[in-house]
This record gives sequence, structure tokens and C-alpha cells, in this order.
Amino acid sequence: MMQLIWDGLFVGSFYALIALGYSMVYGIIKLLNFAHGDLYMLGAFIAFAVLSSLGGIPASLSIGALLVVLLLSMLLTGTAGVLIERFAYRPLRGAPRLAVLITAVGVSFSLEYGVAALAGPNPKAFPIRLEGEVFNLIGARVSLPQIVLMIIAGLLMIGLNSYIHNTSTGRAMRSIALDRNASLLMGINVNSVIARTFFIGSALAGAAGVMAGAYYGKIDFLMGFIIGLKAFTAAVIGGIGNIKGAMLGGLVLGFVEAFGAQWFGGQWRDVFAFAVLILFLTLRPTGILGERVTERV
Amino acid sequence: MTENVDTTLAPKRVRPPSNWLSRLFESKQLGWIALALAVAIPFINATPYVLNVLTTAAIFVLLASGLNIVVGYCGLLDLGYIAFMAVGAYTAGIVSKAFELPLLFTVPVVLVMTILAGLIIGAPTLRLRSDYLAIVTLGFGEITRITANNLAITGGPSGIFGIPGILKIGDFDFQQPAVFYFVTVFVVAGMVLAAARLGKSRLGRAWRFVREDEDAAEAMGIHTYKVKLLAYIFGAIWGGIGGVLFAGHFSAVAPQSFIFLQSALVLMAVVLGGMGNTRGVVLGALVISLLPELLRDLAEYRYLAFGILLVIVMVFRPQGFWPARGYEPERVPTGDKEPAVAGGTK
Repeated sequence: MMQLIWDGLFVGSFYALIALGYSMVYGIIKLLNFAHGDLYMLGAFIAFAVLSSLGGIPASLSIGALLVVLLLSMLLTGTAGVLIERFAYRPLRGAPRLAVLITAVGVSFSLEYGVAALAGPNPKAFPIRLEGEVFNLIGARVSLPQIVLMIIAGLLMIGLNSYIHNTSTGRAMRSIALDRNASLLMGINVNSVIARTFFIGSALAGAAGVMAGAYYGKIDFLMGFIIGLKAFTAAVIGGIGNIKGAMLGGLVLGFVEAFGAQWFGGQWRDVFAFAVLILFLTLRPTGILGERVTERV
Repeated sequence: MTENVDTTLAPKRVRPPSNWLSRLFESKQLGWIALALAVAIPFINATPYVLNVLTTAAIFVLLASGLNIVVGYCGLLDLGYIAFMAVGAYTAGIVSKAFELPLLFTVPVVLVMTILAGLIIGAPTLRLRSDYLAIVTLGFGEITRITANNLAITGGPSGIFGIPGILKIGDFDFQQPAVFYFVTVFVVAGMVLAAARLGKSRLGRAWRFVREDEDAAEAMGIHTYKVKLLAYIFGAIWGGIGGVLFAGHFSAVAPQSFIFLQSALVLMAVVLGGMGNTRGVVLGALVISLLPELLRDLAEYRYLAFGILLVIVMVFRPQGFWPARGYEPERVPTGDKEPAVAGGTK
């Protein structure tokens, strides 16, 4: 029981980290960024490329090296996110929704198969493998890397939350989410704030990718596909467009999956998650923390 | 007033196409020419390889014309379209194996199952914003594949094999590759024609109205939810029939045929060909399915190129390479009919 809760908490914090990017982008420009899961994949592959070019890293330094690579990878994934926004999404900002969605699918496809063409289609072993002793914590088997990764995830989320609520850029983001034209009239540089949102969201996804690579030890170019769907599910559960909701949704989805896998068997894990998504969309499409939004014409 | 939002385009629509290429594409006989070509090819070259490639391409055309109903006419993005083909193929395979029936007789069951699948996915999500539908269909595609991979009745990862042929009358087996190819071509031609006619019907006008402006359509008295659900169900039926042909063609069905990549390829055929334009979609489907056979060396970069192309087309030509012309057939006032209330007739 405690084991399930711990597993759910751990997986859920990954989902939450990725769901945040989804939710931020959706909240600010109402765009479902299908490529978001692939930015997670890109983050893992950037870290892989950097670490492989460095050569062997002694095990004692692995945590430190991981942190440096994590930052570097976040920076690069964030930049990739900004470029994607600039060249694929910005020209279509006034376009019909269908065109934007198809573009997002195209971006996702390009990222996946671009990485596959560069790095090869076979799964890669991640150069750093976090190993740590396993100990018991109130009935759950917990390992040191899990705790480290959860602390990193938690810090990133707390940092983001205070960034959005305490800085002027954060205030600008919230105001654009409410009304883009009014924000423009109030002197907010809408394009640069949207670019910054993409940077942060993509960087968080990249960080999750690096952490997942280091934890699971294996990466491949399609790893972002399922996780992107799960992150979307998490964002919907919490209430899409809502930052705290994304965190909550990630944790809820983690628990649901852990318990679902226990009851129905591990091979049904993904089916179970999507069933929850459809259930939520039917019963409470605004999510747990979401507010009812009326569509304006 | 036409349903075309940009009324400034109206005078252009009567101008005849200027160059010979567009004249050929716009000609009324194009469908017959294409059908004649499709029928003639086996008489020129009937190696098993050519027949196999052509049959697969024909099935792909059917899928693309089905997805065109959902994406092209109604403007709903379906990212798990291949799941309907999976439902159709598995239902056909399971039923025909269990009762030792020819595949042809499984069609009614397949229709029921695909319509059910369309209802299960469409009913909860079509009330929401269209982006939710996109991602739920993506999830649905994955669920279908994973479920097929894990259930005993679908044969697990190895799938179903040894599916009976499509029909056998006396000694004449419709399963011979050349005969099966002709069956496929005629079924596909019929379905493509039906999809095109559907697009020109009253329902088709309602779909395009919903695509252009859902709120205005609703204000004009179109039951948008019902209309969208119908588009979705028609799309599902086309996919299911595609599944029956697929099961007949390969006489085996396995989960790895229904990965997301396949859904994405069908979508690309629709988008690159020109959303809502049957001819464009058929051409797009032929290009997408035949190009890999011609460019085998570039296999690694193929999907990358498709992805980039998708973005470029959307940014510079959002209606696709060869979009539907925004005109309606001239309607002659007859006088004896009562005026239509809803559905776009003004």
C-alpha cells in the first residue's frame, strides 16, 4: 500500500513537470502543443549527446554531472521550444484551430524523426545511471535517486510557481491568458512573453527527460509520445490552463496509475490512464481545479 | 450569399481554370480516367509485387477519403483514425474465423462495431472544444492497439492469422491477388464516390458550415453536435470497411499495423492533398503510399520530410496543396418546393 503511494508520487511528479508546460502554453495561447512530449525526448537526447561526448564519468561525480547536464539540457530544450514557437506557431496565431493543431502534429513528427535520423532509431543506453541504496520508509521501498529526482522536480515546480506569481513577467503571462488584446494595449510585449512561456515549459519538459533518462537508463526517439499523452491527461485532470491544477493532476494520475496497474495488471496501465481521461472529459471537463469557461464569440 | 466566409472570393469562382493541368484536374471525367487507369494497370504489369503495392495503396485511398469526411468536411482533427480500421479488421477477422464465414458476410457486424466505437469516442468529446477531440482520439488509437495486444480473443501480439478469403463461389476464389485487387478498386471507387456525394449533400453543407463557423452554424439552426457526431460516425464506417479489405488483403491482422504513425500518414494524405477536396485527397493518398516504394533509399528521412512538409504547408497554404474550390453548384429556383429552413440554403 505504502509502496503504491510512493510509486504514484514518484511517477506523478514526472507527469506534473511535463503537464506544467502543456498547461502553461494552453493557458496563455490556447494551443495544444503536441510536440511537448517530444521536447521531453529532445531533452533526454541532448543530455545523452553531451554526456557521450564527455566520455566516462566516475560514479562519485554522477549526481553533480547530472545537475550540470540538466541545466544545459534545459537551456537547449527551452531554446528549441522558442524556435518552434517562432517558426511554426507564431505565423498561425490567427489561423483556424485545425491548421494550428495539424502544425503541432507536424512539429512533433519532425522532432521524432529528426532525432531518429540523427541518433539512429534504436534505443540508447543513457551514460549516467543513478544507482543508490534502497531503504525502507514507512513500509515503502525507496531509493536515494528517487528522492533526489523528486526534490529536483519539487524545486522546479516551486520555482515556477513563485515566478508566475511574484515577477512582472509572471504577471504579464497571467494577464495575456486572460485577455491578449487588452494586455497588448497595456504595453505588454506579448510576443516576447509568449516566447518566454514556451522557453520555460520546454525547459521543464527537457529537465523531466534528462531525469527520466538517468533514472530508467534507456532512451528512444518515441519515448515522448505516450508521456505527452499522459501529461495532457494530467493537465486535464487538474484543470487545463491552471498551474497548480497541473501539479495536482500529475500526482493524481500517478496514484491512479499505480493503483490501476496493481488491480488490473501492468499491461493495462496506459489504457487505464486514458479511460480516466475520457471519464474526466465526460463528467468534469474543466478538471478538479478548473473554472467553468464560457466560449466567447 | 454562399457559405464561403470570404465573400470577396465569389466573383473568382466562375472563372474557368487557366492552365491545362488544372483543367485536367477539374475535368468531370477525371474520376473515370483514374478508375480506368486503376483497372488497366494489372493488364500491363501483374507481378505479385505490383498487385500488392497497388492493393495497399487503394486501401489507403479509402482510409484517406474516410478521414477527409471528418477532417476535411467537418474540420475535426482525428489523430487515431487507424483505430477504426483496427476495429474493422479485428471484428472481421474474429467473426469470420469463429463462424468460418467469408469476409464479405462480416460487413454488417463490422459496421455495427465501428459505429459503436465512433459513438463511444465521439459522444463525450464532441461537445467540447475540438482540440480535446484530437487528443482523445490520439489516446483512443493507443488504447485500441494496447487492448488488441493484450486480449486473448485478438491473439495478443501475434494477432490473428489464417483469415478466410473475402468470398468463394464454387471454384472461383475472389482471393486471388488480381481478382482481389479488382474487388478492392471497385469497393474503394464506390466509397470515394459516396464520400464525395456526401460532401455535396445537405449534410455535407452543414459540415462545412460547422467547419467554417460553428457558432454561426448553430445560430442558423444546425444541430452542431448531431452533425459532428454524424461526420465522426461516417468516418468510422469508412475506416471499418478499410479494415475488412485490410484483413482480406493480408489474411492476417496484428497490433503493430495500427501504430500512431499510420494514423499520421493518413492525416498527411488528407492535409497535403487538400482538405475537403476528394480529388486532392485521393492524389495525396496515392503519393503518400506510393512514394516510399519509389524512394526506398531515403527511408530514414522520409518521415522527417513529411513532418516538415506538414508544417510548411500549414504555414503557407493552410487549405492544402489543392484545396476545395469554394463554390456551390448553381441552384435553380424551382418554385414548387417549399423553402428550406436550415442547412445552408438561403
